Amino acid sequence: MNLHEYQGKSILQGYGVSVPFGLVAASPDKAVEAAKEIQKKTGSDKWAVKAQIHAGGRGKGGGVKIAKSLDEVRQYADEIIGMMLVTPQTKKEGKLVRKVLVEQNIYYPGPEDVEEYYMSILLNRDKGQNMVMYSPRGGMNIEQVAEETPNEIFYELIHPHIGLTGFQARRIAFNLGLSGTAFKEMVKFVGALYKAYVGSDSSLFEINPVIKAADGRIYAADAKVAIDNNALYRHKDIHAMRDLHEEDPQEVEASRFDLNFVKLDGNVGCMVNGAGLAMATMDMIKMSGGEPANFLDVGGTADAKRVEEAFRIILKDPNVKAILVNIFGGIVRCDRVAQGIVDAYNNIGGIDVPIIVRLQGTNAEEGKELIDKSGLKVHSAIMLAEAASLVNEVLA
Amino acid sequence: MSVLVNKDSKVVVQGFTGSEGTFHAAQMIEYGTNVVGGVTPGKGGQTHLDRPVFNTVKEAVEQASANVSLIFVPPAFAADAIMEAADAGIGVIVCITEGIPTKDMVTVKEYLKGKSSRLVGPNCPGVITPGEAKVGIMPGFIHQKGKIGIVSRSGTLTYEAVDQLTKIGLGQTTALGIGGDPIIGTTTKDAIELFMDDPETEGIVMIGEIGGNMEADAAYWIKEHGTKPVVSFIAGATAPPGRTMGHAGAIIGGKADTAEAKKAILKECGVHVVDSPADIGKKMAEVLK
Repeated sequence: MNLHEYQGKSILQGYGVSVPFGLVAASPDKAVEAAKEIQKKTGSDKWAVKAQIHAGGRGKGGGVKIAKSLDEVRQYADEIIGMMLVTPQTKKEGKLVRKVLVEQNIYYPGPEDVEEYYMSILLNRDKGQNMVMYSPRGGMNIEQVAEETPNEIFYELIHPHIGLTGFQARRIAFNLGLSGTAFKEMVKFVGALYKAYVGSDSSLFEINPVIKAADGRIYAADAKVAIDNNALYRHKDIHAMRDLHEEDPQEVEASRFDLNFVKLDGNVGCMVNGAGLAMATMDMIKMSGGEPANFLDVGGTADAKRVEEAFRIILKDPNVKAILVNIFGGIVRCDRVAQGIVDAYNNIGGIDVPIIVRLQGTNAEEGKELIDKSGLKVHSAIMLAEAASLVNEVLA
Repeated sequence: MSVLVNKDSKVVVQGFTGSEGTFHAAQMIEYGTNVVGGVTPGKGGQTHLDRPVFNTVKEAVEQASANVSLIFVPPAFAADAIMEAADAGIGVIVCITEGIPTKDMVTVKEYLKGKSSRLVGPNCPGVITPGEAKVGIMPGFIHQKGKIGIVSRSGTLTYEAVDQLTKIGLGQTTALGIGGDPIIGTTTKDAIELFMDDPETEGIVMIGEIGGNMEADAAYWIKEHGTKPVVSFIAGATAPPGRTMGHAGAIIGGKADTAEAKKAILKECGVHVVDSPADIGKKMAEVLK
């Protein structure tokens, strides 16, 4: 589950990670109030106004502005709230901005130069351990840094039982070229950041940039936080932060019926039992001349109710020109699935896109017979290759 | 011969009396698997499916000589169940449970270091050696004793490959579902090594998907040490980057994670890659000729 920047920062702060003081606002008036409050607390007379959406690259699309007066805070908040923000990570039409985060300015003057670093914590799958990945080249796309100057990316693998050690934290601070106050601050910062990552059961922290301010203080200027969905059951407070506005409405509806659904841009919908077979089915659609309109895993119990809901969700997409149902019956019997499909088809009524049903495994022949005899305009197949050529036929 | 499980396997089911454990244990017994009992803490001393219930895995090892464990324990307690099985000295631990938090599996991975137990899964369909032992949730009847080893990160896609190999008459030595999570016990490369060492296995089907480096690691090993043909399908050529496709581990994070990148490495290492999942059996028959 992804979080907004302001939500991620609130988790960080709870573990002692220093973040700029900020407040969330959903209107220009509230943004100005927030700015005044920030000024009172921190003395800051400039403010960052940042669009809160689940996508990176917000600055590039005009979603992050530095306001030098309260009038500018109002002006920028007014521009940003309600805009369709387009970034390299959003769809073409962009994402509607509903809130801004107003923050103290951390690029204030002082004895040292302000520096930007990159830092993330994530799982190293090969080692089965988490790691801190960091670079003195902050504020940039890390994949680009990895390509241009791979020697400027550093890693610290973290022992799960021991945690981030003191010498590792110091090594990070040294590699970032720090000394004095900033060095000490960074050691504290990294330690707290790791505690926050583990404590919140996160699957990704990306802080880009980490700022060394002119007085040597270290701040998480941004925070991309993703939580392990499997661990949400033990973090009710974080689970409550889920923002359904940021998710595709079809996906939200599917999740209500425990259907694992991902919306895609193609023209052939699909409904499959099992994630691997679902991906394989999508690939097959492409090889048959179509483009998958979705990923949908109906799970182990493909009963009539779930099949019906799955059909309804797929049919909401006007781009869908055909639907391929691919069920490998193991424990679940194909004749039951077939009956579910016939019932769902009749219950929904008025389905005018061609449907191809491929049933294989337990009672596959009986299932095919049931569909063939139902009188529905449904093509049925048993072998995967047959289903593929049927997709090709109906698209032609 | 076969790998990991066979007719001598003595299986204990953890989470035996729950609905899933009960259903699948009954199916396994019907298949002919030697299920020697189950573990449900607090129900020790009872009998379930005509088998003894134990309070701990250790008791199942001491009193029923269990050497393989199959885990159906709910996600919040599954990591603990794996560690209990390892502590009791179980040789092969198969964890079916889906949805274990990654943090718990990081702990398990560390706990298993230096222990002799081999973990399969979690979030997998299990292991089957046709005609000898079914330790998992796969439909037994589609399998047929034969000469192909299968390793796969997915459940139903494994059944698809099994079915094709059965219909084409090649059958399987062992089909091994290793699971779709980011952290799993037995890796693709581990499984490939086991099959290369198994005298009855003549060819190997390797089914992978987007995310992680497991297939590439296996391919480099095959290039150096491989002695048998390997046919591979990698699912997810049409999956968008940054989205989890059902399996927690199936996500494209970088360029090396894509199906295309994996296929290129596999081909370079001499693996026979098929683009359509419908061609797995056909391709194997072809390369064995």
